[in-house]
Amino acid sequence: MTFVNAVVQGLLLGGLFALFACGLSLMFGVMEVINLAHGDVAVAAVYLALSLIAVTHIPAIWVFVLVVPVFVVGGYFGQRFFVQRSLDSGPVTTLLVTFGLSVVLENVLLEVYSANSQSLNIGSLVSDSVQVSSQISLPYLSMIFLGTAVVALSIVHLFLTRTATGRMVRAVADDREAAQMVGADYRHLFGVAAAMASGTVALAGLALGMYTSVTPSSGPSYLLYGFAAVVIGGLGSLWGTLIGGMTLGLATTVGSLVDPDFGSMLPYLVFLAVLAVRPRGLFPKKALI
Amino acid sequence: MSTVAVPVGARTAARVVVTRSRRPATWAGATGTAALAVLALLPLFASQGFMSDLVNLFILVTLATMWNALAGYVGLVSVGQQLYIGVGAYMVLYLAQHGWEPFATVPVALLGAAVLAVPASFLVFRLSGAYFAIATWVLAQVAALFVARFASLGGGTGTAVPGLDGFGATNLLHDYYWLSLGVTALSVLGVYLLLRSRLGLVLTAVRDNEIGARSVGSRVMLAKRAVYILAAAGCAGAGTALAISQLEVEPSNVFNVQWTAYMIFAVLIGGIGTIEGPVIGAIAFFVLQQTLANYDVWYLIILGAVAMGMAIWARQGLWGLFTSKVPVHFFPVGYYVHGYKDYKS
Repeated sequence: MTFVNAVVQGLLLGGLFALFACGLSLMFGVMEVINLAHGDVAVAAVYLALSLIAVTHIPAIWVFVLVVPVFVVGGYFGQRFFVQRSLDSGPVTTLLVTFGLSVVLENVLLEVYSANSQSLNIGSLVSDSVQVSSQISLPYLSMIFLGTAVVALSIVHLFLTRTATGRMVRAVADDREAAQMVGADYRHLFGVAAAMASGTVALAGLALGMYTSVTPSSGPSYLLYGFAAVVIGGLGSLWGTLIGGMTLGLATTVGSLVDPDFGSMLPYLVFLAVLAVRPRGLFPKKALI
Repeated sequence: MSTVAVPVGARTAARVVVTRSRRPATWAGATGTAALAVLALLPLFASQGFMSDLVNLFILVTLATMWNALAGYVGLVSVGQQLYIGVGAYMVLYLAQHGWEPFATVPVALLGAAVLAVPASFLVFRLSGAYFAIATWVLAQVAALFVARFASLGGGTGTAVPGLDGFGATNLLHDYYWLSLGVTALSVLGVYLLLRSRLGLVLTAVRDNEIGARSVGSRVMLAKRAVYILAAAGCAGAGTALAISQLEVEPSNVFNVQWTAYMIFAVLIGGIGTIEGPVIGAIAFFVLQQTLANYDVWYLIILGAVAMGMAIWARQGLWGLFTSKVPVHFFPVGYYVHGYKDYKS
């Protein structure tokens, strides 16, 4: 039964990984950018939340109301004035610049907040759960994460399919030059996509800060988890990230049955195996939606 | 300097002369050899503190040179070269634990890393661009988690390299100073010789235009693999110097992605795609690091910001900015065609 419990916990944990993957998938799907600072942006959200809680005394579970808008606006302007410039000088530059951003962000957090590990205090919610049977319990927090991931993916989906701006974003993703000919301002639309990606990764960071403690150097491993979820789920496929996230969640909890260290290693091994066998992912899609 | 006379076409009576450098490169070679000799004799008169600083600089130059060979010539942006730093360091540790003299393990560690790079290249070369970058990073993470599972290798906290006690502090410092100097000299020389070779022509062609290079039948894949293996050995060399100079091996240190940040920043600041650039960049990096030593990690924040700025606005780096004013090349790897005037008349 512990195995069944591990499977259930793993699938629920998938929500957290999917939140990380959602923004990466969107950025790659729209402008073929892999933001290597993705994990550090998530960690920055945790530290911003800690500062905001200290000032406003808002309950940690509601801090996203303040943090996410900051990251949405920051994502738009970060794209317009920073990533776009590197995009103009080629894909290698974008990789190098976002990697540089990752290192700078991590060390700025280290200077400002020290290397101590911190978490968002959500009281007893961190351990409360619904007891389904004697062996299986469903933690509220994991269920909230999975719910948040589904809602976030749905919002992105509806935005891309049902709004005029969303359709333009997809048009630019499919064929930038053709979209430009009918009047699409691709720089603005890239900014919009980056804003959504930044908003979801802030959510992912807050979820992480509630689930476990983070340090300024936690970012890169969550970038790798998020990226692995994107690749396993299929490149550029938005809903595939949920499947990828669940696969990674399963690998984590089932691996932890062997020992905790193996639990952090197995997701990477699954990722490498998928890369070796099917580099385009298990469920590749040609278009974003 | 080599001079090759090449007849160009039957209709021209004039001949052009192709040389490897515009000016005789012998003075540059002499300067390099003299500098190397001075560095090698430094233990006779320099202070110990200065020498251990130089060891760190040599490690940085080696890493930057290797990363530049990958990214600057064949467009492989690796974020996981710390894998081979770790492999080098752990091979020193493992063999020293089994009775080897620590310095004698260095050639084996280099060879081991090169051998390991062959299967690794088949995995990561399936991918390109960002996927390649992340896959190399994941490999390094997996290796770090893997070695941490062995209690005999110090587990997650690391352990001391045995067999270094008998040297005496001064002798040991001199020995690993020469080791790191040797590794650095071999790395720079290795890249230089590779670029001068037939394969080097492919490398510079790939640097300038990969699709163009492929379309004229260059063996691009072979060239890429050769560079990847060379870079693995070079980074392992840096890893051996690191293990012996720090007297211990710790997984969170040797497999740290921070090493990649050092390499990338040094190369971007110095200038990507030249042999001189990474050396200049590593020195600039090192000087700033030493100057700001009392201000925690601000050196890394400043260097990162400068490197990002240069990646966007000044791709040629410090060396490129310098050579655009003063046409000088310490490492003649290009070809110059003389005699156009004769050809036209």
